[in-house]
Amino acid sequence: MKRLKVILDYMKGNVVKYISANIATIVAVLASLMVPLVIRSTIDSVIGLSPLEGGNFVNQLFIKLGGKETLLDKLWIPGLLVVGLTVSRGYFLYLKGRWASEASETIAKRLRNRLYGHLQELSYDYHVSAETGDLIQRCTSDVDRIRTFLGSQMVEIGSSLSMVIFTSIIMISLNVKLGLIALAIVPVIFIYSYYFFNKIQKTFKVVEEAEGAMSTTIQENLTGVRVVRAFGRQSYEIDKFDEKNLAMKESVLKLLRLFAQYWSTSDILCLSQSMLVLCIGTVWTVKGYITLGTLVAFTSYIGMLLWPVRQLGRILTDMSKAFVAIDRTQEILSVSSEMETSGDNFDKIQGEIEFNNVTFGYDKERDILKNLSFKIHPGETIAILGPTGAGKSTLVHLMARLYDVEQGEIKIDGKNIKVFDKKHLREHVGLILQEPFLYAKTIKNNIKIAKVDADDTNIEDAAKTAVIHDKILEFHEGYETLVGERGVSLSGGQKQRMAIARRVITEAPILIFDDSLSAVDTETDAAIRRRLNNKSKDLTTIIISHRVSTLSEADRIMVLEDGHITQLGNHETLVKNEGLYKRIWTIQSAYNEAEIV
Amino acid sequence: MNIHEEKEFSENYDIAIWKNLFQYLKPYKNNFKILAMFMIILAGIDVAIPIFTKYAIDVFVGKGTTQGFPLFVALYMLAISMLSGTVYLFIKEAGKIEAGITYTLRGKGFRRLQELSFSYFDKQAVGWLMARMTSDCDRIGGIIAWGLVDFLWGSTMMVGIATVMFVINAKLALITLSVVPALVVISLLFQRKILRVSRKVRKINSKITGAFNEGITGAKTTKTLVREEENLSEFKELTEEMRGKSVRSAVISSVFMPIVISIGSVGMALALNFGGSMVVVEAIEFGTLVLFLNYAVMFYEPVREMARIFSELQVAQASAERLLSMIDTPSDINDGDEVVKKYGDSVHAKKENWEPIHGDIEFKDVTFYYKSDEMILENFNLNIKAGQTIALVGETGSGKSTIVNLACRFYEPVSGQVLIDGVDYRERSQLWLHSNIGYVLQTPHLFSGTIKDNIIYGNLEASELDVIRAAKLVNAHDFIMKFEKGYDTEVGEGGAKLSTGEKQLISFARAIIANPKLFILDEATSSVDTETELLVQEAITKVLSGRTSFIIAHRLSTIRSADRILVIEKGKIIEDGDHKTLMKQKGHYYNLYTNQFIDEKEMEVINKK
Repeated sequence: MKRLKVILDYMKGNVVKYISANIATIVAVLASLMVPLVIRSTIDSVIGLSPLEGGNFVNQLFIKLGGKETLLDKLWIPGLLVVGLTVSRGYFLYLKGRWASEASETIAKRLRNRLYGHLQELSYDYHVSAETGDLIQRCTSDVDRIRTFLGSQMVEIGSSLSMVIFTSIIMISLNVKLGLIALAIVPVIFIYSYYFFNKIQKTFKVVEEAEGAMSTTIQENLTGVRVVRAFGRQSYEIDKFDEKNLAMKESVLKLLRLFAQYWSTSDILCLSQSMLVLCIGTVWTVKGYITLGTLVAFTSYIGMLLWPVRQLGRILTDMSKAFVAIDRTQEILSVSSEMETSGDNFDKIQGEIEFNNVTFGYDKERDILKNLSFKIHPGETIAILGPTGAGKSTLVHLMARLYDVEQGEIKIDGKNIKVFDKKHLREHVGLILQEPFLYAKTIKNNIKIAKVDADDTNIEDAAKTAVIHDKILEFHEGYETLVGERGVSLSGGQKQRMAIARRVITEAPILIFDDSLSAVDTETDAAIRRRLNNKSKDLTTIIISHRVSTLSEADRIMVLEDGHITQLGNHETLVKNEGLYKRIWTIQSAYNEAEIV
Repeated sequence: MNIHEEKEFSENYDIAIWKNLFQYLKPYKNNFKILAMFMIILAGIDVAIPIFTKYAIDVFVGKGTTQGFPLFVALYMLAISMLSGTVYLFIKEAGKIEAGITYTLRGKGFRRLQELSFSYFDKQAVGWLMARMTSDCDRIGGIIAWGLVDFLWGSTMMVGIATVMFVINAKLALITLSVVPALVVISLLFQRKILRVSRKVRKINSKITGAFNEGITGAKTTKTLVREEENLSEFKELTEEMRGKSVRSAVISSVFMPIVISIGSVGMALALNFGGSMVVVEAIEFGTLVLFLNYAVMFYEPVREMARIFSELQVAQASAERLLSMIDTPSDINDGDEVVKKYGDSVHAKKENWEPIHGDIEFKDVTFYYKSDEMILENFNLNIKAGQTIALVGETGSGKSTIVNLACRFYEPVSGQVLIDGVDYRERSQLWLHSNIGYVLQTPHLFSGTIKDNIIYGNLEASELDVIRAAKLVNAHDFIMKFEKGYDTEVGEGGAKLSTGEKQLISFARAIIANPKLFILDEATSSVDTETELLVQEAITKVLSGRTSFIIAHRLSTIRSADRILVIEKGKIIEDGDHKTLMKQKGHYYNLYTNQFIDEKEMEVINKK
């Protein structure tokens, strides 16, 4: 039921098209069912000798068209009727195809958009632990499965069911006894195919596992190609792979054997049914219980009946697969978006940051930051120093509200950051991550990624500030060079500088370097900071670093140890006091040249 | 653009690809013949069954007798059981072909991947290769086997129906089938349209997958840059295009099939009109008319299947083209015939002829590049004595990895020579050299299996005792024993269940167990906890002693203790000497060392508890 609601939710706005598609299917089915009736009347009453009477509306129609005498001369009239019925069946099939695909493709499109949009708005935390491969699978194959289900199978269920129902009705109305005989095996076939497709799931699983094991072997061989070659283990690897490849082959063969059993058995059942109808029908025709036309109509109908019954079994199992796919996409969509907790304040941000008794941990057992209070003034440069795991990154992530604090509060320009619109906040709190992600676009488009309307001067300016301009010009295609998997690969330091360039261009009043100069050498580091300083005096800068040169030039230095601020002050003050900063500072002088050498 | 996007090479059918593919299908020649036979039998029975109806009408109904009825029933049952039996057999046979082709292609592909040189893997993403080995192989096998089934069944059936019709009444047959030319023309017309639009759909589809990949892996960055809306609107363009093209594709198919059945119904109407008149004048029997009416419907059934086969064949062709482009890639590095004759190839080694390695390495005027306008090494010379430890220092892209890869013959020089013990290594087999190399990567790569499996990988003949000895030597034994299952602990896919430090130690044990003469260490920069760090350092010292080794070094302690330090810049050795000499020169090395020295000391102080 819950799933039905989800399906209805997906179909919103397309329900009319769906219903129309189903109606079109039913009309098409009805049209195709009329054809044998026309043939029957033609055989019995136009060519044959039976009188054109009875409630049968085809007979009525034939009488109106002039009765036996006229029609026998104009046999093209029943022929035209057949063509007319088929063409209208075709027309409605076309309508069904068109409407069903329009509806299902629209649904698929919306589902894809929703997934994409939603994934982007899931919390930072979600993406830290997300499994990319699995998510992509859900967004592509699962969506595809849902689309196929909605686009064809759901309509197929309609057409199969109406086919079965209408055929049964017509057959029984033509002759009750023969009709019942014709329907005798139907439940058997239906139950058999449903049972079979359920049972086959187990074998499907075996195949999937064999496939998984084989893929893992290939994957490990490829990612470990250096190890394989360095140890000369090619033949060992080939043996290992052959075993998995063979197991995969065997499992597929087993699956196909089952299919062979199924199709051959259901063929026997179906054809026996046809035979039964033909034989009994023949005997009855000979004895005069039924007309020849009825017999011919029955042989046509039985063919029309059996195929959809077999299909139904398959569709039902496909349906269970589609339900699994729906569940898997719903799992993503049901995680709440981080924008739900966004504020709505769009005030201009100057750059004053204040922490009031902030305590924060990723899980309840362990606090990373413990009761922090401090204030950063607009235009100030603060450097943060501390051991690995002290909470430095956490601290700056909180400023961009990538995580929410529950104890204490963080204020920007005197307002709790929770009142700001999240996106507005992040546009102004310019966080630069340590391991930046570059988009599969040109260098130019990567730099202007957060400022779409930037012109070439802006872009070059930003690149120069990040000291990457000269490097870019070294590439054959300069700013038009593609980066990412299919483009040039950049070193860690170059990537970090790209990340700085694309952040600088937005002219955010607050810039935060989350150790994002770590792979850049000391001189370049200094050059970047110098250029930033020259650019704007009002810029509030927060830099996580362990480089003394970087630290000493900051207005104030914050030493963070085990979630506490152990020191906070300018260089002159801190070097006079015992503590981590002084210990580091003295390294510079303690190890004089002779000692290093 | 990224690896999830599939490039489709050609636009139309390409005979060359199929010819190329054909050689891999040869082992299944007999299966194909058997399958063809079954399909023809099956179609034959399918054609025959309506004849039973005709017979029943003409003989029993027409003459008003049930004489000979039991025989009729028996024959009918025979036909049904034959049909059912054939169905069973043909599915099994087609299954053998499908699974077999897939199996063969995968095996060929995997073997080729074991031969291709590193330069290939530098260019091809793992994801791309995986797609070739999995979905492309599956697709080719599936489409060939089942496409053949549908094609043979369909064409035999059409031919069979036409034949029976002509035999029974040529005139009525001609009339009923007079619509076939129209059908052919319409089919060809639609076929081209369907192919074109379905190719477009596939293309956009792979773009969408790529976009999802980028959206998910880049989500964190997207947040900090507030790119959500622009990303989504770019994505929406793709999905809208996908919707448009998919609907178009569905609509074209939805137009095609109704036209086919309508044409079929014209055939049926013609049969009814002319056949009916013939019955009236008793030119034909009633049953014949019914038979023709049945056939008129049946004749057009295979058309849908045939239309599908053609568009699938194109998918298979694209798959085959990509897979075969991989299989047909020649390896850059090959052992000559003479060499293989003496020393064996990389699968069958003739170890009895292998000379022992001493460990001298010499680069003689070595030049290396991928593209001639992007030189990586030019006339590079280097002479290393057996047992020396060489540390390579330089920026990313300076060429230090290339030097190591050349020394290991993972690459070969474009010109010049690399001599091992004074002999050009191209005069020996690759396996000879590789069996003497111990290799530890910056990011250690382990295989699924137990810890023991992974250590033994370095020397398949090693005993359990050797494994423990190797583990002890590199300080891995203690942490291994802390696991409940000790050496039989599963490491998980890629070693996921172990920490980086533990993986490193195991990869050291794996490298050392073969007692290699050459040792390559691409030192890790990733920080492990101090305790493990110490163990790793100790392991390095032990492993390096007495072996010719190359180290791509990052830690000062490792660099300092090397016998020779080479500072590489743009493919040239700009400084060469031991630590003391280079420090005195006060050049690049001096700067690098002093900067990093302070850096390391700072990190030490900061992280000291």
